[in-house]
Amino acid sequence: MNRRIKEKIIEGFFFLNGIIVILILAGIFILLLKNSIPAFREVSLQHFLSRPIWNPDAYEQPMYGLLPMLVSSFMVTLGSLIVAVPLGIGTAAYLSDVASPRVREIAKPVVEILAGIPSVVIGFLGIVLLGPFISKMTGTYNGLNALNGSILLAVMALPTVISLSEDALTSVPRSYEEASLALGANKWQTVIRVKIPAAASGVLAACMLGMGRAIGETMTVLMATGNAAAFPTSFLGSVKTMTATIAIELGEVAYYTTHFHMLFAVGLILFIITFIINLISDIIFHKHTRMR
Amino acid sequence: MGKNIRMKAEGVNFFYGKNQVLKNITLEIHDHAVTAIIGPSGCGKSTFIRLLNRMNELVLNTNLEGDILFDGESIVGDQMDPVELRRKVGMVFQKPNPFPKSIFDNIAYGLQVNGVKDKDLIEKKVIESIKKAALWEEVKNRLHDSALGLSGGQQQRLCIARCLAIEPEVILFDEPCASLDPISTHKVEELILELKKDYTIVIVTHNMQQAARVSDYTGFFYMGEMVEFDKTEVIFTRPRDKRTEDYITGRFG
Amino acid sequence: MKLKFSNIIQVLGFMILRLCMICVLLILVVIFYDIITKGIGVVSWEFITKPPVDGMTKGGIYPAIIGTFFITMITAILSVPLGMGCAIFLNEYARDNGLTRFIRMSIRNLSGVPSIVYGLFGVALFVEGCHFGTSILAAGCTLGLMTLPLTITASEEALKTVPRAYREGSLALGATKWQSIWTNVLPYAVPGMLTGTILGLSRAAGETAPILFTGAAFFLPDVPNSVFSQFMALPYHLYIMSTQHHNISLVRPIAYGTALVLIILIFAMNSIAIITRYHLRKKGIAHG
Repeated sequence: MNRRIKEKIIEGFFFLNGIIVILILAGIFILLLKNSIPAFREVSLQHFLSRPIWNPDAYEQPMYGLLPMLVSSFMVTLGSLIVAVPLGIGTAAYLSDVASPRVREIAKPVVEILAGIPSVVIGFLGIVLLGPFISKMTGTYNGLNALNGSILLAVMALPTVISLSEDALTSVPRSYEEASLALGANKWQTVIRVKIPAAASGVLAACMLGMGRAIGETMTVLMATGNAAAFPTSFLGSVKTMTATIAIELGEVAYYTTHFHMLFAVGLILFIITFIINLISDIIFHKHTRMR
Repeated sequence: MGKNIRMKAEGVNFFYGKNQVLKNITLEIHDHAVTAIIGPSGCGKSTFIRLLNRMNELVLNTNLEGDILFDGESIVGDQMDPVELRRKVGMVFQKPNPFPKSIFDNIAYGLQVNGVKDKDLIEKKVIESIKKAALWEEVKNRLHDSALGLSGGQQQRLCIARCLAIEPEVILFDEPCASLDPISTHKVEELILELKKDYTIVIVTHNMQQAARVSDYTGFFYMGEMVEFDKTEVIFTRPRDKRTEDYITGRFG
Repeated sequence: MKLKFSNIIQVLGFMILRLCMICVLLILVVIFYDIITKGIGVVSWEFITKPPVDGMTKGGIYPAIIGTFFITMITAILSVPLGMGCAIFLNEYARDNGLTRFIRMSIRNLSGVPSIVYGLFGVALFVEGCHFGTSILAAGCTLGLMTLPLTITASEEALKTVPRAYREGSLALGATKWQSIWTNVLPYAVPGMLTGTILGLSRAAGETAPILFTGAAFFLPDVPNSVFSQFMALPYHLYIMSTQHHNISLVRPIAYGTALVLIILIFAMNSIAIITRYHLRKKGIAHG
């Protein structure tokens, strides 16, 4: 009996260990919420969600409009997807259907290495390499703008899109491919008309996850987009995303002021957005795996 | 041959999720005898034998109805500690599963987890078990080599030795020869006949000749039901059920 | 005629796919080429063993290397045991029920939480809530929680490679569940767990956003002397050297040097993990 109690205690210990992740997720949400609420004693929620200006330091009346940075975030994310999705899916299709086993052996680590480069390094290259290049090509001042941020974010999102899309493509049953080839389709037609559609939900889930990564990415956009707080107008203009706003302003703000709490509110919005994106990709992905 | 009944299944129904894999099985396992369970693959025979030492608990979402008795005591409820049960009802698996340890340590393992600490005693028992499993001549000079270097047949006898070391009362064999060559199979069968003197044995096999060779009692399982159970000679000479006859004459399976 | 046309399409199509791959390869080559060629001249023994001097326009990055080492240690201390424990629960004990699925969903969601949000969480929980202040401890704990999903996933992968037969074999011999895990599962899983964990830690070592407000300092003349000290860190140092310094063009070489040291550090960690993983697979204990 003694032994059974001991076993129960051990199991209980690991159970608590398993529960911790739920507590952390809940803890993040609760602490963000708790630290956001005081902000709305002075500023209305409507103000936060609808004003088109974010200017906490304004002398007369500070403005806490979420919209400029929300639009900025979505703008650079969209830009990054325009680059990363076709490039990522193309690479994944190449790896799964065209490349020889040897090329695949070399290419896989390349994708892993790309995933391992810290975002601050990518951001640094945005300043020293991509910025001057964009500046020269477009005639803008220093090339630190939404376009720069988008391209860097695409680099950050690429490994996710590639490796998950490739998983989805390689898990398409061989019989589909064989059936298509037996009907006289060539390899290209098979890839485009059979394999990619069959893997569509997996690929879509991969792109959603890539999008989640891009929208929450901080250092690259902080360093490469110029961070002008104005409402974004074009890809060649400077933008200030939600992540960059928090990163810049939390370091300067006095704790427990409205501004401080507002930054937590921005964090909460960011958390909710990525949570929803992850949840959607999760649902798509599970539908995808259950189909087999 | 003893007439006593060691284990008994009473109206056992068993489910994987909603899928019923055993239907109303009632079966008696006699002391100091070999009971064989035969049937085509997927008939539930392996599932059944794994109920006898509660190994199915490792599989999720299962459900058991009915009762299984060991020496008249129910083993299915909470009052029976599965660990206690498994010490008395040992098991040899379909695929030899030696641990990646030395031959000696493989056998000592069972003793150690059962709380034996005396080194001399462990050594004595390890040697004794290897001898009982008819493996001694082949491994006596390499007890401390990895068990993974043994041949399949030797590995399986090692697993039998490992099981014998903890002195169980009943030994369950789940298709012990399924992955062995004919010569190794012959050795394991001889061993089973030898072990019958000291243990109660249940063996699952899809090899009818094997059942005929080693067993005293045979049960024929088909699609989750036990079609027929009797003395082995009766099953193989005068089966009552058409399905049993079809199976042993090789018309399906 | 039609057959030929579709073959031309195929050749073109494959060429496009190949171009995609080459493009990705090129990105990597450009990144490495730029950093290595411009950073290599800066990195020297002096550079990695001396603190910055003259308003950070000269000298080395020693305190930043040490700081990164310290916070990675704290990260490991928090995240490795927790991650292993959680993986053991999920792979060995958990039943397939709603709670388990909820835990798994939480892990996937945690791995998608933006790093800056972990930074906010770290401020609220560790810096303010636990009164750690801005310190190595607060930053390390924040990174520890951030890496947790990676550690859990890696540990679970390692547990999955241990054959079921090992567990069944020892249970059938009358081992209790924990005995079976402790003696016959963990010994074969731990090396794999550690390799996966190193990959997670290398991610933490390169993170900047979570440490911005939890303890990273612009400049400190000395290396930290307790877990409650502030610290310099390589990624943060690179950030300030490329955006915040008063004379950015003057310190650009230092920034390149820092970037080179940072990626060398991270790839050294990754290589250790990948090489060990390779050897483990070759040894093949896990495929008995």
